[in-house]
Amino acid sequence: MKKRKIMKIAGTAVIVLASLYLLQRLLVPKYYADVVEGALIAEYYQEEKDHDVIFIGDCEVYENFSPAVLWEEYGINSYIRGSAQQLIWQSYYLLEDTLRYEKPKVVIFNVLSMQYNEPQREAYNRMTLEGMRWSMSKVNAIRASMTGEEHFLDYVFPLLRYHSRWSEVGAEDVAGMFYAPKVSHNGYYMRVDVKPAENVPEGRILADYRFGENAYDYLDRITKLCKENGITLILVKAPSLYPYWYEEWEVQMEEYAEENGLLYINFLDLVEETGLDFSTDTYDAGLHLNLSGAEKITRYLGKVLAEETGLPDRRGEEHLSEIWEEKIDAYEQEKEEQYEKNYGNDDNGSASFSRLRG
Amino acid sequence: MEELLEILGDLHPEVDFETCEGLIDNKILDSFDIVSIISEINDRFDITVSAEKITPENFNSAKAIYALIRELEDEE
Amino acid sequence: MLFTSYEFLGFLAAVFLMYYLVPKRFQWGLLLVFSYLFYFIAGPSYLLYIAATTVTVYFTACRIGKIGEIQKAYIKAGKETLSKEERKAYKEKMKGRQWKWLLACLLLNLGILAVVKYTNFAISNVNGLLRFAGSAKQFGFLDIALPMGISFYTFQALGYLIDVYRGTVPAEKNPFKLALFVSFFPQLVQGPISRFGDLAKSLFSQHAFCGKTVSYGLQRILWGYFKKMVVADRILAGVNTLIRDTDAYRGAYVFVGMLFYALELYADFTGGIDITIGIAETLGITVKENFNRPYFSKSIKEYWRRWHITMGTWFTDYIFYPISVCKPMLKFSRFARAHFGEAVGKRMPVYLSSFAVWLATGVWHGASWNFIVWGLGNWAVIMVSQELEPLYARFHKRFPVQGKFGFKLFQVIRTVLLMSCLRTFDCYRNVLLTFRMFGTMFTEGNWQILWDGSLLRIGLGGLDYILLALGVLLLTAVSLLQRSGSVRDKIAAKPYPVRFLVWYGLFLVVLLAGAYGAGYDASQFIYNQF
Repeated sequence: MKKRKIMKIAGTAVIVLASLYLLQRLLVPKYYADVVEGALIAEYYQEEKDHDVIFIGDCEVYENFSPAVLWEEYGINSYIRGSAQQLIWQSYYLLEDTLRYEKPKVVIFNVLSMQYNEPQREAYNRMTLEGMRWSMSKVNAIRASMTGEEHFLDYVFPLLRYHSRWSEVGAEDVAGMFYAPKVSHNGYYMRVDVKPAENVPEGRILADYRFGENAYDYLDRITKLCKENGITLILVKAPSLYPYWYEEWEVQMEEYAEENGLLYINFLDLVEETGLDFSTDTYDAGLHLNLSGAEKITRYLGKVLAEETGLPDRRGEEHLSEIWEEKIDAYEQEKEEQYEKNYGNDDNGSASFSRLRG
Repeated sequence: MEELLEILGDLHPEVDFETCEGLIDNKILDSFDIVSIISEINDRFDITVSAEKITPENFNSAKAIYALIRELEDEE
Repeated sequence: MLFTSYEFLGFLAAVFLMYYLVPKRFQWGLLLVFSYLFYFIAGPSYLLYIAATTVTVYFTACRIGKIGEIQKAYIKAGKETLSKEERKAYKEKMKGRQWKWLLACLLLNLGILAVVKYTNFAISNVNGLLRFAGSAKQFGFLDIALPMGISFYTFQALGYLIDVYRGTVPAEKNPFKLALFVSFFPQLVQGPISRFGDLAKSLFSQHAFCGKTVSYGLQRILWGYFKKMVVADRILAGVNTLIRDTDAYRGAYVFVGMLFYALELYADFTGGIDITIGIAETLGITVKENFNRPYFSKSIKEYWRRWHITMGTWFTDYIFYPISVCKPMLKFSRFARAHFGEAVGKRMPVYLSSFAVWLATGVWHGASWNFIVWGLGNWAVIMVSQELEPLYARFHKRFPVQGKFGFKLFQVIRTVLLMSCLRTFDCYRNVLLTFRMFGTMFTEGNWQILWDGSLLRIGLGGLDYILLALGVLLLTAVSLLQRSGSVRDKIAAKPYPVRFLVWYGLFLVVLLAGAYGAGYDASQFIYNQF
């Protein structure tokens, strides 16, 4: 009798937990099918973790640097842990998270997110934080990122956050319950289309150009964490024309780099050296670079890395070469597919393409 | 008792008050009825039914109301 | 802490676990600690108010009880020696003393309530009069926070005090027990207003864990969350759109808003009470029912016996009866009978005291004129239907429809519509505006909005309407089932897989179809702070 009762309770518990778990898998957004930026963070965990260089930062890293180029031309094995509007505390905790798996020689942080001192938007928090595996770093990242209306519990049980999505469940939600195809190339999000930058707006006048205390605090923590682990930290500012990068900000970053003995590269000042052309090298009028632009500035970065940090050329390593061979194949294939899709037939041919040819 | 039944009968001719036991529980008498009853018995029996005596037990049947009247008469 | 917050659920879980883990003699003490913690979280300064009420009521009740004991002892000792007249005079003397204590404590506590709740209302009226008189002088408003649930716990405490005065319950000797009675956290936000005699026994006794009681309690809580989160919080978006933009939403929209508000208020308030009673049930405590399928009432009078019952009986027992049977009132009635005839004189006590009750009910609901007009509106409707009684009787004699299903349905719909009309005062919160908006129903002539898709643009989508319709169907079905006994009993009689599917299914419905989280504002309970 007692045994039967225990069986009943256990059976019920199994059914309840299993059905809730399946429901949760079904209802969480499938970023790969829709907003690929949300799928980036999670992809890292499937990698073999033996990287020399780790990028952290917002869209200015994952859209502007191509690890494939670093490998092909310099033999540098790198990975981008970037995500949409990644706030600086998220970058810090992602770095902490990464260090649980591997110890890179160089960490490159893109400084645009210094402009944010407080949590910004729930949707972006989600895209960065959901992909992280559970650890104290994730817990702290969530707590640092939550806006006023958010609840920690909604991160633990995403079902609570996405419960109302049942009305919009589609085929990809079913297909993607336990499977997510790769969307990036070592964290790089590839785009080959072109939309030239014209009439880039000036930045509007700000009341205060000082970066916030909180932002500085996390920058200090990133610096400290790298120092403790013997990692060379490099600060970069990608050449995106917009959001506007103020001269006052530039001065502060230069000062910080100097005080802490860090290398700081502002690609906005290196347009000539990198050969960047904003009429062909951006896909959204200056916000982000396209493949052609990303490859140009990555080439420049690779040279700096090889010269300044003395990273060895690892193309001779057999195992690594094999991995990369596969990656390069996928890279080339997607490149081709995207060209095909964007410029393959006249229906999709954009005005910029004809100019490109012309 | 006769006089009480007469008062009650005037209010609700359709109810048999001699036997009915759940005047309050079955919601036969509402608060307005009770006030009418009290003002009638105050006049006719020359007693004062104060608010604290208005409990379901005291008004659930004609018998109970009569018992209440007798009790108050004793006190006077 | 809202009932619909994670914090509250966590709080509940903590209370529940500790309640059944501590030695049983500490159970009520634990509830007191958690009740004060609950109040502390709501606002630390509120504790002062509730403590003041508890302390004053405690001492006054003890005093009144003591006087009663002395009186009884004296009468008993002097049974042989005292004459009947002497005994009566002594009793009256002592009663008078008790009355003085009672009055002082009532005035003090109602005074606190009046100051925090009604000062600004009074100031705004004085300012209005000053403006009317052409004076430039205006008084500034006071910045007083209204302590959570102050109307509820004040009434509950004063009800206890009056009961002690009347001798229906003995004075509670343990101040901490009284403190728990006043502050019991599940009913702090929105009632019910419990009587000491009803609640005390199960509140202070020791409870062993009982699987059936606990699961019944949880089922009741779940049902409350269904009403609140799936129905009330969903339709709230539509209600708010309709009543906030009074320029855009007139005419037929007012009618729609009226009905939506009726549904929202019902689901929110009864759902909240379900949660309250369910929580108490899981702790083995019996809280009195506050609703009895009110929307099935056939008249307004009946409606008020079935809606917010504990408030209704409070007003009946402590205001209506005392006024209507007090000596001056009876004298006045006799006077009126002599001068204005039998019919008028007989009606006087009922008319005047019910007027007082409805005035008080209106004022109790909120410090503004619209609530007062709303309360008196209820009074007027009840009186008119009382006067029309003979007419109804004649009608029913000629047309024997009484008791027929169609006629009963008509009565039910009539009551719901009447109540909804009266509640427009509650919606628009302004007497003149309410009359104006109500008038547009007859002048605007925009009834096509009911079917031309306009209702899809008031913050509710097609899916919302489908869910709401299903929700209303379920509410109605359950109400109908309840007429033949407890629905939970019926489900409990089914085999385990069926039971499991019913309750787990309801849980999933709340989880998935509940209007909570991002995109939805978890709304405050409508009865909060009344």
